[in-house]
Amino acid sequence: MAGTPLPESVELLDKLVAALKRRGVLVEEDIARCQTQAERAQPETGARMVARAWLDPEFRALMLRDGTAAAEAFGVAMAGAPPLGVLEDTDRLHHLVVCTLCSCYPRAVIGYPPHWYKSAAYRARAVREPRAVLAEFGTVLPAGVQVRVVDSTADYRWMVLPTRPAGTEGWSEEQLAAIVTRDCLVGVTLPVAENARIAA
Amino acid sequence: MDSPDPDRPATHDLGGNPRFRCTPVEPDDDAPPSDFDKRVDAVRSVLREKGLFTVDEMRFNIEALHETEYFGLTYYEKWLRSVTAVMVRKGVITWEDIK
Amino acid sequence: MSHGVHDTAQARFAPGARVRVKPGRPERIAPMHLRTPHYVRGREGVVARALGRFPNPEDLAFGRPGEPRILYHVEFDQPPVWGEGEVGDTVLIEIFEHWLEEA
Repeated sequence: MAGTPLPESVELLDKLVAALKRRGVLVEEDIARCQTQAERAQPETGARMVARAWLDPEFRALMLRDGTAAAEAFGVAMAGAPPLGVLEDTDRLHHLVVCTLCSCYPRAVIGYPPHWYKSAAYRARAVREPRAVLAEFGTVLPAGVQVRVVDSTADYRWMVLPTRPAGTEGWSEEQLAAIVTRDCLVGVTLPVAENARIAA
Repeated sequence: MDSPDPDRPATHDLGGNPRFRCTPVEPDDDAPPSDFDKRVDAVRSVLREKGLFTVDEMRFNIEALHETEYFGLTYYEKWLRSVTAVMVRKGVITWEDIK
Repeated sequence: MSHGVHDTAQARFAPGARVRVKPGRPERIAPMHLRTPHYVRGREGVVARALGRFPNPEDLAFGRPGEPRILYHVEFDQPPVWGEGEVGDTVLIEIFEHWLEEA
């Protein structure tokens, strides 16, 4: 849920941090460092991984075999982070990622999760009526495409490798990365070639 | 809203929950995290890095929230409650620190 | 206590194995931290693959050292779970070995 924290929550955070500092558990620099690291994680990383996978079969194979190593190849510090798994869409299969039990999300390669991903509506409905949820994102799958919902319940974090859309032949890695949005990386939308013009 | 139904899933176990059947997912509900949100997240990261709790302790203490709070508090408020609960339970801080 | 993404040598179930998720709502009896969603308990699915060996979250949640357990990706047909939905659509879920039995 988006929204403003209660005043008592703001006060609780101050008291918690003050107590942790007083007791020598942490210093302000620790908090700043972790916040900087979290802010550095952006969907552009996941998008660049997808674009590379579309162009480079070897990287694609690595990414599907070991998403963590593929992220590290893009300079993402994965030590201590949950392992990253990548699921490959095909012409017949579409992946949609949700976490029904909490809100597991591949933050290392996408960044902070959007509010809707953590909402009760998305968590309750994506596993039960995925096509209706996709439609609310304006996503209608071609006939014959099976939906595989990925309920992210445990130790991995999951990212989708979408299919490369028609009309992108000959594009550079940068051009391709530009049409892969955050929402494509969890499967609620599909990359489309027209987006490049809209974004321009 | 405690129900005697023995098959009723736990509050956080939301998959398929009919209560949200008619609640639209709002793709535009997309405000960036606030300073409060980022700070809670960063404090959690520091404490995890220092080995003071695991993600599952964090998850469990969110699951333990009463339904009213589970659905009423913002996401990072729930994280803050959970982190605080774990720190008190483990004796890293005391309740007097936060009263 | 080794664990990690590549540690699947001791996996009991091979890809393609039909498995049933254990039924029940033990969390109604005592506070527990379970990573198996209620909606697949008692249901049959197919093992996609073993994902690795990870400390049991049911222990970690209470600050106890978690015994490493094999984690699988298990795929379930969607319509039987909900009594609705499109034939062919599935749900893929991470489930620990101690929640699975041969179907």
